[in-house]
Amino acid sequence: MTAFSWAYSDKVREHFTNPRNVLQKDEDFKEDGKGLVGNVKCGDEMLMLIKVDKDTQTISDARWQTYGCASAIASTSVLSEMIKGMPLDKAFTLGPKEIVKQLDELPDHKIHCSVLGDKALRTAINDYYKRNNLTDRIREEKAKTVCKCMQVTDHEIENAVLEGARTYAQLQEYTKLGTVCGQCKDEAAVLLEQYKKKHFGK
Amino acid sequence: MNKRTVYLDNNATTPLHPRVKERIKQNLDTYGNASSFHFLGRTARREVETARREVAAFINAVPEEITFVGSGSEANNTVLNIFSSCCNVFQGCDLKKTEILVSTIEHPCILEAANCLQKKGVSVKYINVDKTGRLDLNNLEQKLSPQTGLVSVMMANNEIGTIQDIKAIAAIAHRQGARMHTDAVQALGKIPVDVDELGVDFLSLSAHKVYGPKGVGVLYTRKGTPFCPFIRGGHQEQGKRAGTENTLGIIGLGEAVMALKDDMESDCRKYHSLRAKLKQGITEKIPDIQFNGHQEYSLPGTLNVSFRGAEGESILLYLDLEGIAASTGSACASGSLDPSHVLLAAGIGVEYAHGSIRFSIGRENTEADIDYVLEKLPPVITRIRDMSTAY
Repeated sequence: MTAFSWAYSDKVREHFTNPRNVLQKDEDFKEDGKGLVGNVKCGDEMLMLIKVDKDTQTISDARWQTYGCASAIASTSVLSEMIKGMPLDKAFTLGPKEIVKQLDELPDHKIHCSVLGDKALRTAINDYYKRNNLTDRIREEKAKTVCKCMQVTDHEIENAVLEGARTYAQLQEYTKLGTVCGQCKDEAAVLLEQYKKKHFGK
Repeated sequence: MNKRTVYLDNNATTPLHPRVKERIKQNLDTYGNASSFHFLGRTARREVETARREVAAFINAVPEEITFVGSGSEANNTVLNIFSSCCNVFQGCDLKKTEILVSTIEHPCILEAANCLQKKGVSVKYINVDKTGRLDLNNLEQKLSPQTGLVSVMMANNEIGTIQDIKAIAAIAHRQGARMHTDAVQALGKIPVDVDELGVDFLSLSAHKVYGPKGVGVLYTRKGTPFCPFIRGGHQEQGKRAGTENTLGIIGLGEAVMALKDDMESDCRKYHSLRAKLKQGITEKIPDIQFNGHQEYSLPGTLNVSFRGAEGESILLYLDLEGIAASTGSACASGSLDPSHVLLAAGIGVEYAHGSIRFSIGRENTEADIDYVLEKLPPVITRIRDMSTAY
């Protein structure tokens, strides 16, 4: 019998089988910032803890835990390596695309898992700013309502794209946007293209 | 790689029985079209009809009631299609029947076909199941009406293994003048399937779940039941299913059924004992678990278990790396966002549904396979829980 081919890339497999920087249950990791996103009901939950070098404003160490599938485990693991030594400002701009690149690609429908990693990280960074009275540096992600009838935000459109929506019809299926008055169609279509480019543009 | 492999996904599909392999090999040159009148056609016809008799005898039907189709899914779709509003049978023969009833834990091929019927104007009602996956008969009685044309309830569930009391369900359906269909794809070869004992009008089977080849299914239709072909354009299968018969597949199915006749009793005893061993081992070695399904009315080889705080796809892939093949009800493994509709319909918490693993035992499994799983599984669960925010 030949070697098993695996469901994901070798890099994903490597991080899945040897995850880096996992927060041990009995570990006393004194974090400077903490971010917890997702929830178990949705199938993915992620905790990111960071230590910050206050002089250089860079991330000096990180720990994480995740409840989720193989790509969620691998993407959090790889993210925890990427951010060590990274300035907070740069870490804040990391998106799913950068994480996926480090993993040598993930199937499209799996990308919503790795999105949690960067969200957890941004939450942790904001938490650090809060704890250190650097509130002017906090950048909250405010959602904008695009479809007023069905109350669909730009964040939901972005998530739908990450989960596989590629056409306006698919976007409607995922989010139900534009199914009442239809006035948001143009704006939603622009956002759809924008997010497709952001996450899947080569 | 000389790695040990343990296949515990026999509800997904099964390996060919050695007898089936041999029989197919012997018939590789039986290439005649079973509808042709010449000697080659007649040879193929003879083989196809032999298989039909075997299948019929095994489920206590007569050969004319057996239609060979392309899969269990096709058999199921065919039945629901009969009761679509565009088929004259529904409104013609069964006047004023405008409604069908299906259980909430049917295979997607029933649920999606029902959904499609709904879009065509048929009223579809869903019958609830309890926590163990057993059909709520009171709910069935409440939802049945003189307008109900068809009740479709699977005989045994593929994910949790729960067996339904089809005989009682059919009796209730018939009392209201509805036809009864059961998807017996998972039941065949594991529990007795007797169409007269069950009292069903339609019954679906699949060859590859019983050590036969893929691409062959069976639809049983009781004599005199209204019918409408799903695939049209030929006189094959008494006009019930167009398309040249899949001779090799049908021959393989016939042999698989004959093997069941010989082996089923001893195989099932083994499934029972291996399942009990696996269940006991998991209970002893792993805390915070939950077994899903009915513990008595269950297929002998199906064990569905949830591990709190551990996500199913991760469990599945760590087991995969150990050479163990199982299945999960987690959303992550399906590519959708929702976990198993069966577990949710049975009222299993979403967290438990995400962490569910199905082991399904088959005729090639041994005690040593179960020992191997019981050695590899506990550290996998510990490892995942150690990384988990939810444990």
